[in-house]
Amino acid sequence: MKIFVTVKQVPDTSGKVAVKPDGTLDRASMATITNPDDMNAVEAALKIKDETGCRVIAVSMGPMTAESMLRELMAMGVDEGLLISGREFGGSDTYATSQIIAAGIDHYGLEPDDIIFSGRQAIDGDTAQVGPQIAEKLHIPQVSYAGEVTKAGNKLTVKRMLEDGYMTVEVETPCLITCIKELNEPRYMSVSGIDGCFDKPLIIYDYNELKDHPLIDPTTIGLKGSPTNIYKSFTPPQKGAGRMLTGSAKETAKELASVLSEKHLI
Amino acid sequence: MILDAKHAMLQKLFREFAQTEFTKELQDRLDQTGEFDWDIHKKMAKYGFMGLRIPKEYGGSGMDYLAYALMIEELARVDAVLSIYANTSNSLGGGPLLLAGSEEQKKKYLPPVASGEKIVVFCLTEPGAGSDAGGTTTTAVQDGDDFILNGRKTFVSGAPMADWAIIFAKTDPTARGSRGISMFILDMKLPGVTLGAPEKKMGINGYPTCDIVMENVRVPGDCLVGQLNKGFSIAMRTLDGGRLGMAAQAVGIAQSCLDEAVKYAKERKQFGRPISDFQGVSFMLADMEAEIQAARQLVYHAAELKDHNMDATRACSAAKLIAAETANRCAYKAVQIHGGYGYIKEYKVERLYRDARICSIYEGTSQIQQVVIAADLLKNA
Ligand SMILES: Cc1cc2nc3c(=O)[nH]c(=O)nc-3n(C[C@H](O)[C@H](O)[C@H](O)COP(=O)(O)OP(=O)(O)OC[C@H]3O[C@@H](n4cnc5c(N)ncnc54)[C@H](O)[C@@H]3O)c2cc1C
Repeated sequence: MKIFVTVKQVPDTSGKVAVKPDGTLDRASMATITNPDDMNAVEAALKIKDETGCRVIAVSMGPMTAESMLRELMAMGVDEGLLISGREFGGSDTYATSQIIAAGIDHYGLEPDDIIFSGRQAIDGDTAQVGPQIAEKLHIPQVSYAGEVTKAGNKLTVKRMLEDGYMTVEVETPCLITCIKELNEPRYMSVSGIDGCFDKPLIIYDYNELKDHPLIDPTTIGLKGSPTNIYKSFTPPQKGAGRMLTGSAKETAKELASVLSEKHLI
Repeated sequence: MILDAKHAMLQKLFREFAQTEFTKELQDRLDQTGEFDWDIHKKMAKYGFMGLRIPKEYGGSGMDYLAYALMIEELARVDAVLSIYANTSNSLGGGPLLLAGSEEQKKKYLPPVASGEKIVVFCLTEPGAGSDAGGTTTTAVQDGDDFILNGRKTFVSGAPMADWAIIFAKTDPTARGSRGISMFILDMKLPGVTLGAPEKKMGINGYPTCDIVMENVRVPGDCLVGQLNKGFSIAMRTLDGGRLGMAAQAVGIAQSCLDEAVKYAKERKQFGRPISDFQGVSFMLADMEAEIQAARQLVYHAAELKDHNMDATRACSAAKLIAAETANRCAYKAVQIHGGYGYIKEYKVERLYRDARICSIYEGTSQIQQVVIAADLLKNA
């Protein structure tokens, strides 16, 4: 049994946000972090590793500089890094990205008792599409929005957190789970983990390595293979701060009515 | 110095850990109650902080002095006292065993210290022997295979929590000055060992300091660490490394002073603009920045010398002297920039001012660093 965790290096939006003249993010000039939801996915994998001793492989598609992120994850306890990197893959949208990552995982070898953990969504795109699409491409079941995961044999019990409640789902391996931040609290790197992380294996798949995989085709990867076309990107105007009315229903209703009438809305 | 990938990653770990775990609530509680917090101690141990410098074969992670300096600096930048939590085992506590301990002693004492289960403290200072540490009056008299210890050690950081204490005692009463002193590891549970009341301190509250009194304490012979009568030179070599750590702590405190001062100077408005617009204020910030840069580089350089097994006595003392004085000057300026608010406990600089004050006192006062530097300078001139 082994666990794949899909991870993405994203711009640190808590720092300065740099935008290019065309409205897209100027990634090169921003500090990077590991996508926050992906950290929960890593922690979920490491928890199972603590119990079972299984191998954990962090998989990322991105530029070679993503190695620094993979090394940090290794310093937390991840055993191996798999970096899918190549010019041909650049400009991929979620459809093409999941195609490529699915090919990478399949090329590495997905076995019946394996699990894939993904973060729910990346803070730079907020699509929440890549995890589920990887599962579709690999023809394995997926459970999204995991807020609790327990494992017994080849069965995982997952509490799916929904807006108005939760759903408990049982799923068999191999499967893909997308994780939300309520799932756990990611551990830090450790001193000995940092000491050892530079000796752990980092595998790099470039285009040549993956080009014969059935999912990889010039028409389904990279900018050309991406069905998404950006029509326009813009920063939405800032909304003013809201106002919270507190008190009994009667009082707040009265206050609300007077505010609305002051503004000549009623 | 530009850090390599490994040290940059360590720095990131220490920074993230301190910023997240050293909550304001924890910092205030430590400062107000003065009590040791086992939870944060255990958490720091879990991530390998206590055993950072202890070699792998004794349960630590065998990191270098640069890693140690980075750790103390980053922890102290958030809370000075919590940097001491991770310091003792890597420095004055574990150091003497690493320098002079036998294989059995290292195997027995170091692994539980590295894992944070046990605490070992360092006892050199006595009521009458501070800067003049060689003036030790604690005695150890051989009795069969054992030694009988009598005396009083003062200002022992961590004494109330300690399982073991490194004790320096006179074993040859005929030898003069710092000669004839031996080093022992004392089990704090032995009959005849008692603690003084915890000192009420100006700062670094939350890591209790008190006296250890020994009255006819029978210590087995295998608790002698290193050679008989040769303990003082081990103490001095331990303090080299210790001073490096305390210099790093001073840099962390100084940086924290600057961080707070910059933030406040940009927020606070007088005469219709932020006070950082006034050169009288911004030049104070500039001086702080320049001095901190200088102190930090001295610390990293001293660490590098030690990591290359080069003579670092003068460099460690120089780093401690400059960093400690820098921390004090920065604390003064940070409070000054805060005006009246800097004098009020609600603001962090009020505590920084008190914490900074210890830097130029313990592990050798600034004057003693000058003594060490001058002696080394003149010896080689
Ligand atoms: C909070 C705290 C924690 C401590 N923790 C420990 C610990 O864990 N273990 C331990 O062993 N000790 C510890 N100490 C003791 C500390 O190292 C001593 O206080 C320090 O070395 C100074 O000694 P003293 O207090 O006796 O001062 P003194 O030596 O009496 O010094 C008084 C003044 O005289 C100056 N002076 C002395 N000699 C000279 C000289 N030759 N030339 C010029 N000036 C001189 C000093 O610089 C100082 O200004 C701690 C102290 C404190 C306050």
